[in-house]
Amino acid sequence: MKAAAFEYQRAESVEQACAALAEHGFDAKLIAGGQSLVPMMAMRLARPALLIDINRIAELTTSSEHGDHAVLGACARQQSVKQDQRLAARVPMLRAALAWVGHIQTRNRGTIGGSLAHADPSAELPLAACVLDARIVLRKKGSTRTVAGADFFVAPMQTAAETDECLTEVHWPLWGEQRVGCAFDEVSARHGDFAMVAAAAQVQTGEDGRCTRAAFGLGGVDAVPRAFPDLAARLVGSALAAQDIEAAANTAAGEIEPGEDLHASAAYRRHLARVLVTRVLSVARDRSRVSGANAQ
Amino acid sequence: MSERRYRVTIEVNGVERQAEVPARLTLVDLLRDELGLTGTHVGCEHGVCGACSVMLDGEPVRSCCMFAVQADGSRVTTVEGLEQDAGKLSVLQQAFCDGHGLQCGYCTPGMLIAAQGLLDTTPDPTDAQIRDAIGGNLCRCTGYQQIVDSIKLAVARLDGRSR
Repeated sequence: MKAAAFEYQRAESVEQACAALAEHGFDAKLIAGGQSLVPMMAMRLARPALLIDINRIAELTTSSEHGDHAVLGACARQQSVKQDQRLAARVPMLRAALAWVGHIQTRNRGTIGGSLAHADPSAELPLAACVLDARIVLRKKGSTRTVAGADFFVAPMQTAAETDECLTEVHWPLWGEQRVGCAFDEVSARHGDFAMVAAAAQVQTGEDGRCTRAAFGLGGVDAVPRAFPDLAARLVGSALAAQDIEAAANTAAGEIEPGEDLHASAAYRRHLARVLVTRVLSVARDRSRVSGANAQ
Repeated sequence: MSERRYRVTIEVNGVERQAEVPARLTLVDLLRDELGLTGTHVGCEHGVCGACSVMLDGEPVRSCCMFAVQADGSRVTTVEGLEQDAGKLSVLQQAFCDGHGLQCGYCTPGMLIAAQGLLDTTPDPTDAQIRDAIGGNLCRCTGYQQIVDSIKLAVARLDGRSR
């Protein structure tokens, strides 16, 4: 399997990448880590006439903090984010999700922004972005806009990004490090494979153990990753007791419309959704009550 | 119309190599077909089997999932570059021989690169770390047990060193 012929440009800056996108439009494609795009080109599912390489744009690999969120450059490598101790403490969901992403060889190349832009409905990072409602920054020639995680994913492999836009940053909300717990879990045929169903949760609890903030969601069960902000809001004020969590999990499993394939029936995916939501909410609750429990 | 070619300079196993490549040539095809380094194997060509693993600037990557033109200016180490001195197997390679860490040998270059990548950062790995490190590499012969044993044999022989 070999890719069809294409031309190649290495962009030295975001401006240069955006100018090339503006000029070539639909015929051009950005390449970051290439861990999804290169196989798609090999299988000729993608045939861009021009590949614009954004791997060496220095500003896309930086990370910083601004007020209530951590800013991660689109080309931050998955493995370096996974190993980043500061980020693990500040946005524990990243390491929790990345533990399920690919293998060392793919994480060494794969990027945070690339995974979001690829928008596989069963991928882990899009689910994390939806659950935390991360903000996704899109730049094009002459303008910049920010899209909420919940609005970014439109359909399988389709996002709100226009063909002339470059995903430059992801803003991950900071929940603080005290009494916050998060958990990510999934079922797949083999570790590192695409999830049949994935679930993620983050909760904050008060001194009395009651929930003060909650977010959770499911991947692999719909055309796009699903967050359940209304159900999560109902958990606030509860003790996050087994029956509170089970009620949320049952309702969420009832709201999804999973597809079926050779690997899993719709009924089995719904079952997994219920089990996994119960599990991640319970683990996140327990971790919120033990200092430092997320960083493992 | 002839396909446009791009000049690349890549340090391969310590030697600077130059080539004129079409953009669609993958790194593994450059290594094997243009540079004659056939130790790196091509398996699935879409990032699943791990046989094509090489070190890119010291880190294991799949050389079928990147175009050669992207590696311009980088440092690549293939399985040929793991040898200690010319013609002498490294401790890790010798351990694979002694521990029967291969049968048909197809996955072996990828396994060795993955294992070396682990030892470079983790000279005294746990069983779980070993299994995780080779988790992206498929072997259809050994059932993985002998591969894990061979890596453990190398760890014991290296005694805290990485090579």
